[in-house]
Amino acid sequence: MFDYESLRLIWWVLVAVLLIGYAVMDGYDLGVGIQLPFVAKSDDERRVLINSIGPFWDGNQVWLILGAGAVFAAWPMIYATAFSGMYAALLLVLFALFLRPVGFDYRSKLESPAWRSFWDYALFIGGLVPALVIGVAFGNFLLGVPFHFDETMRSFYTGSLWQLLNPFALLTGLVSVAMLTMHGASFLLIKTEGGIQQRALRTSRWSAMATIILFAIAGYFMMHGVEGFRVVSTIDPSAPSNPLTKEVIHEAGAWMARYEQYPLLWLAPMLGFAAAALVLMLGDKKPGLSFIASGTSVAGIAATAGLTLFPFIMPSSTHPSQSLLMWDATSSEHTLGLMLVAAAIFMPLILMYTSWVFRVMRGKVTLQHIADNDHSSY
Amino acid sequence: MISEALVDISRLQFAMTAITHFLFVPLTLGMSLMLVIMESLYVTTGKEIYKDMTRFWGKLFAINFAMGVVTGLTMEFQFGTNWAYYSHYVGDIFGVPLAIEGLMAFFLESTMIGLFFFGWDRLSKRKHLMVTLLVAFGSNLSALWILIANGWMQYPIGTVFNPETMRMELENFTQLLFNPVAQVKFLHTLSAGYLTGAIFVLGISAFYLLKKRDSEFARRSFAVAAGFGTVVSVSAIMLGDESGYHVAEVQPEKMAAIEAIWETEPAPAPFLIAANIDEENHDNSFTLEIPYALGLIATRSLDKEVPGIHELVALNEEKIRSGLMSYALLNQVRDKTATIAELAIFNEHIHNIGYALLLKKYVENPVDATDAQIAKAAASTIPKVTPMFWTFRIMVAIGFFLFLLSAYGLYSVKKGSAWNNKWLLRAALYSIPLPFIAAELGWFVAEFGRQPWTVYGILPTHLSVSSLNVSDVNGSLIAFALMYSSLFAVELFLMFKYARLGPSALHTGRYHFEGGKHV
Ligand code: HDD
Ligand code: HEM
Ligand code: HEM
Repeated sequence: MFDYESLRLIWWVLVAVLLIGYAVMDGYDLGVGIQLPFVAKSDDERRVLINSIGPFWDGNQVWLILGAGAVFAAWPMIYATAFSGMYAALLLVLFALFLRPVGFDYRSKLESPAWRSFWDYALFIGGLVPALVIGVAFGNFLLGVPFHFDETMRSFYTGSLWQLLNPFALLTGLVSVAMLTMHGASFLLIKTEGGIQQRALRTSRWSAMATIILFAIAGYFMMHGVEGFRVVSTIDPSAPSNPLTKEVIHEAGAWMARYEQYPLLWLAPMLGFAAAALVLMLGDKKPGLSFIASGTSVAGIAATAGLTLFPFIMPSSTHPSQSLLMWDATSSEHTLGLMLVAAAIFMPLILMYTSWVFRVMRGKVTLQHIADNDHSSY
Repeated sequence: MISEALVDISRLQFAMTAITHFLFVPLTLGMSLMLVIMESLYVTTGKEIYKDMTRFWGKLFAINFAMGVVTGLTMEFQFGTNWAYYSHYVGDIFGVPLAIEGLMAFFLESTMIGLFFFGWDRLSKRKHLMVTLLVAFGSNLSALWILIANGWMQYPIGTVFNPETMRMELENFTQLLFNPVAQVKFLHTLSAGYLTGAIFVLGISAFYLLKKRDSEFARRSFAVAAGFGTVVSVSAIMLGDESGYHVAEVQPEKMAAIEAIWETEPAPAPFLIAANIDEENHDNSFTLEIPYALGLIATRSLDKEVPGIHELVALNEEKIRSGLMSYALLNQVRDKTATIAELAIFNEHIHNIGYALLLKKYVENPVDATDAQIAKAAASTIPKVTPMFWTFRIMVAIGFFLFLLSAYGLYSVKKGSAWNNKWLLRAALYSIPLPFIAAELGWFVAEFGRQPWTVYGILPTHLSVSSLNVSDVNGSLIAFALMYSSLFAVELFLMFKYARLGPSALHTGRYHFEGGKHV
């Protein structure tokens, strides 16, 4: 059907779609979690926020689970190297995510204010930490990560957690927090009314501003400061996966050179800026459109990171020639083909029933609603 | 060389997190199906009480489900974080069922679960039942795919070693999919889950009956659970027997350890009910046995032998030596300098290269191994006998006991004597932990019995780990232990609270604690 080279390209696109899908779909419920302490003023208001995402967060989170599964199947070396290398960072994300399923489900099962306030903070952390750390990880991918292989293809990571927390990566982490907060606020504009909606509007404004400013600063660093990577040997895009056979150099301006060569790439960051600006302008006038705009901005920003790296997935800062590319770190042709068939069958189905659920659960969540369903709501 | 301490602590962490995950999984599998049964009764009879049953048991289901998701998240990432070499070496195969599980099962289950809880007023009766059915369907599908993945680790077929990429690759998806070991594993594990759900509902209903509260509600729940439990306990036992047959066929080392057979005995072998095992001297000093039984269970015949440990060790020593023939040529083959004759030797022995890898535990380069080291590696292919022997027997005993309990429960329901039979009700209540214990012991038999391999005959556990510091894994293990035990304590607290409260938790005004009449 497709040759190995096309399959590898298609899978790069598919993994990007899944990870962007995660940012857009789970992003808004992480964003609502981040706003929990600020936008809601009373227990009932907090319940409005929690119940606005109550029916959706679990399905949304599967974008991350599927993202990890797809990386395992399509890019096993990335799955192995990135997750074991960034061990502490990944566990931090995991432990923060642990707080969500139990937070949502257990919080309102007891009346005690202390109990509820504990889980409110848990949900806040469960939203903030993954947003931050995943952003930090992408910043580090752009900088290069200190890892190498031995001849049996065992990977070794030679950095530390503190090395991951460098200024540039922290900046990309903040971009991620700002954009997901904006996205969550737009969602609340649709789902809530009255005082809560007004406060969500304020959050939406400042987080859209923050997204634009922080993303611009990150762009400035990308142009002046962050060095890039470039493949200097020829690569055979149909060869068996072996990341030890090419030559890569680390040089200033390598990432940006890509944009000069293919000006079309500017579309992704432009989309990130323009859509965030649209969120600012629309305010609460057209909440639906505002939500689409914030989702587009999130997608544009995430796509910028992926496109800048292409064809790298994870460059090595200590052994650049052992960097992992989407050409030489994939699974076999057979597996990629098979997984493509599976994705082609199930992705449309998933989109279909997900949108059905959204339709069934449409409409605002109000204080009245919480009062009427005191014992069955979150 | 890879540090022993790292391997041990990584195994401990995996075992702990997997065992925790499987505390919640069986109940999700079993309860989701029971919810379908209860809600179907509601839709067909129109009786409000069945809706209350669905909603109340659904509340307990939710408390459990949240922890299933929490612990499942760890499982999804843990192969990458702690078993990086494993992930590289078999990701081409193992990743496939895992990703399909996400595509096919997790999305369905997790998207529909939201509607199950929040959709009661927004969906017609039939549509809501369909949603409940899809939740159950999703969780069963997730079990199917993960057990296909696990079945392949137990009986790796349909795949080949590729020297160029230095890993195993998928050759035949159909074989992976229709792996006979995966199929019995799926059915046995599913029956175990259903049985867990049945005993859970049976036990808690018995509690209300003992307390003489909400009797109508409790009687109906008890009856549904006893019927369901009888059917699925039979199926758990029959498929357990089938699992044993497959183990004997594809993993004779595991079978020999489960049965503590040191020397091959003349067919048909007896089944040991109990034994005093002397692991040091390779002997059982006392045995209580049923003649012929093992021969029948393991080989389905009276004339085939069940091989003993000594014979298997000798056989595996040959496999190690054969694997070494390939291993010695690996570098030449990888940089394409091997002669045609060398290639022929390499290919002839390649299926045993995993056995040569066993030596990496003892020497840097397996080719340099001494005879003593080879003998040691061969001896390591047999899992420890005592824990295997006893855990298996406890699982089986629990299986038979739960069959008797459910069947007697069902019989008493039919006769109408169940509601006043204090002993039956108490037995049902105190049996709630038993299926969980049996299921964990089953996994212990399956996974500990696979040692020293992560992928049987292909990749030793020792090599599968990530290159991490022992202190990192120590830290994460402690963090997992603290986090999981706190969350588990919270979960148990809520579970007890809501189970004690009973259907009054629904606030319909119809039940015991709301001053409702005795329904
Ligand atoms: C036989 C059944 C079975 C087994 C052996 C496993 N699981 Fe599991 N898993 C389930 C059956 C299940 C389930 C019944 O579908 C769960 C349990 C509770 C739940 O919420 O869904 C689930 C939840 C669950 C989730 C959360 C899904 C969601 O958000 O809905 C993940 C990511 C995993 N599992 C991953 C794994 C991995 C990577 C495993 C292997 C090491 C594994 N599970 C073993
Ligand atoms: C959820 C039910 C499961 C339980 C309770 C369970 C239990 C265990 C235990 C006790 C160990 C440690 C064995 C030892 O090191 O002595 C282990 C190891 C392991 N299991 Fe499982 N397991 C489960 C499911 C699975 C599944 C579904 C897979 C794969 C699809 C799997 C893959 C592994 C791997 C990779 C290891 C680590 C390497 C090893 O020690 O062999 N397990 N498991
Ligand atoms: C007479 C009863 C039973 C027999 C003969 C039996 C037999 C077996 C055998 C031979 C295995 C190992 C399979 C392998 O290593 O691949 C196994 C595993 C297992 N058993 Fe049982 N079993 C019985 C009852 C039960 C019960 C009552 C439960 C739980 C309620 C249970 C839960 C499990 C689980 C979860 C596994 C691990 C998954 C698997 O390998 O299938 N078993 N059983």
